[in-house]
Amino acid sequence: MQITAELVCFWIFAIPLVVTALGVVVARSPVYAAMNLVAAFFFMAGLYVLLAAHLIAFMQILVYAGAVMVLFLFVIMLLSLDEEHPQRERRRAMQYVGVLGAVSLLAVLASAIARVPDAAMSTLAQPDRFGTVKAVGQVLYTEFLLPFEVTSLLLLVAIVGAVVVAKERI
Amino acid sequence: MATVTLPKGNPRTKLLVTLVVALALPVILFGAVLVLATIAKPEPVAVFVREVLHHDPATWPFTGLVYGVAAGLLTFMILNFGAVVAAVTIWWEMRVSSRMQSRIGYNRVGAGGFFQWIADAVKLLLKEDLIPADADQLLFRAAPYFVFAGFGLIFVALPFGESVIAADLNVGIFYVTAVTALVVVGILLAGWSSNSKWALFGGMRSAAQVISYEIPAGLAVMVPILMAGTLSMQGIIRAQGAWPWQWFVFTNPAALVAFVIFFIAQLAESNRPPFDLPEAESELVAGYLAEYTAFRYAIFFLVEFGNVWIMSAIAVTLFFGGWQVPGVAAEAYEAARGAGALPAPAWWGLQVASMAVFFVKTFLVMNLVIWIRWTFPRIRVDQMMNLCWKYLVPGAFATFVATLLWQILVARVPVASTVSGVVLFVGALVALVQMLRLAKQNVEAGGDQVDLSNW
Repeated sequence: MQITAELVCFWIFAIPLVVTALGVVVARSPVYAAMNLVAAFFFMAGLYVLLAAHLIAFMQILVYAGAVMVLFLFVIMLLSLDEEHPQRERRRAMQYVGVLGAVSLLAVLASAIARVPDAAMSTLAQPDRFGTVKAVGQVLYTEFLLPFEVTSLLLLVAIVGAVVVAKERI
Repeated sequence: MATVTLPKGNPRTKLLVTLVVALALPVILFGAVLVLATIAKPEPVAVFVREVLHHDPATWPFTGLVYGVAAGLLTFMILNFGAVVAAVTIWWEMRVSSRMQSRIGYNRVGAGGFFQWIADAVKLLLKEDLIPADADQLLFRAAPYFVFAGFGLIFVALPFGESVIAADLNVGIFYVTAVTALVVVGILLAGWSSNSKWALFGGMRSAAQVISYEIPAGLAVMVPILMAGTLSMQGIIRAQGAWPWQWFVFTNPAALVAFVIFFIAQLAESNRPPFDLPEAESELVAGYLAEYTAFRYAIFFLVEFGNVWIMSAIAVTLFFGGWQVPGVAAEAYEAARGAGALPAPAWWGLQVASMAVFFVKTFLVMNLVIWIRWTFPRIRVDQMMNLCWKYLVPGAFATFVATLLWQILVARVPVASTVSGVVLFVGALVALVQMLRLAKQNVEAGGDQVDLSNW
């Protein structure tokens, strides 16, 4: 296998991504887990950049590493979770379910990767304007208009729901 | 009563050295950024390898290395540029603020106290680096890196001049908004890991503030994006004209409102007064900075003042025509871009002129930021939230819709944007003259006089 700059960059992003993703699960302190998640999002964005999907990459950073993670950290720091000890039994059950989920996810991914022909892996033919804002927007508003609208409806419901829930407390 | 002895006039050598450094520093920094941003691109590197080193760039194994060195040098110079710009901003702000408060201000190190920032930096470097015993060691150490990364990454997409930009990303302004998020993560971490009430409160306030104000800022940024039809920084600038009545801020009445919203939101996002609630010293000691000392403190300080420059530069890019040089036709830019790998003197002249225009505009906006800091009192937390959610967010949505309608109008009646540009520009000029007249009147009414001799 020839070593290209792209390959080097891929490993620069891929290895820390796996390490930090493991860190999210392994870390005992919730703040450390959240920080690992921030780092994982960044390395993930790096992979998106390598795939020429700049819009998705920076969307990832803006929405996840920025807004969502700051809210996570905010909540974790406000409610100090250190004192909470989950019930031993419930944790055991959760572990079994988790292992089952991980194994089935792995099976699905492995079968999907096995089915990809080798030719598709080596050369990725992409259109000229691939990954630009214009290209993504065109696809989003023509081919995937219905899913897009349904998603926005879902978000609207979530916003209204959040307001209703918060209002009852106030 | 202690007697204060003031220096009796500046010795000539001191003035000379200060002037030389003050003039040479920007020339060196801008020159380095100009040259490196231009040659640290693949084609010029290939030409350099072929013409100067006499190797075939396609087969020579060290082409990548030459490219890497050029890019590394560019990064180094841009980071230096950021640091020096932040430091000189501190000096300028302290001078302006002391004028505004009838104080003397910096005047000891160098003429006009110009070298004070070097003295401050050296002092901060030599101080003891304290980490509180109960602090979270790792995160406490890591927080400044997050803040600095969020600051440094913005320079990648900052358009210094016509061709002087490290990377003209297709998602330019979006990238800038995204990487700013790192600063918040850093501030939040600094607040939490210090293990101090004041620091935690500061971090919390900062997170709440930045998350809230990101929404009006993002919506206001949509206005120039809609008008230019692109997210690229250079694309947004190229869509504007060089003369003031061709700037986005004047060609669309809604964009003027959007600029005001963007400006307020940016003030709040970079924790500048009157939105400096996260480090309100009268309530929270120093907020998230309370436990930091020495170099880590210096980094926070540097980023805070560097952000003044950055937010001004972004405002200039989005609303004030960026580096567009008045009097240079669009064809000249077209020709400049087609100049090839080894550009002509006219091309370099155009680059220098465009950088100068960009710098002057940014400096003027920066002054506005400094004036606002020293004239408005700090607002309360509830006022800060009210301003954002009840006024700025609905206002930003309104400008967004108004811009869509305006674009439809301009598509039908192209003269509308020119009319709006001229009318609003004349209005802005009248407002400026009126402001100066009022200021003069107030100074005279107080029996005072404008005196700039005692700098």
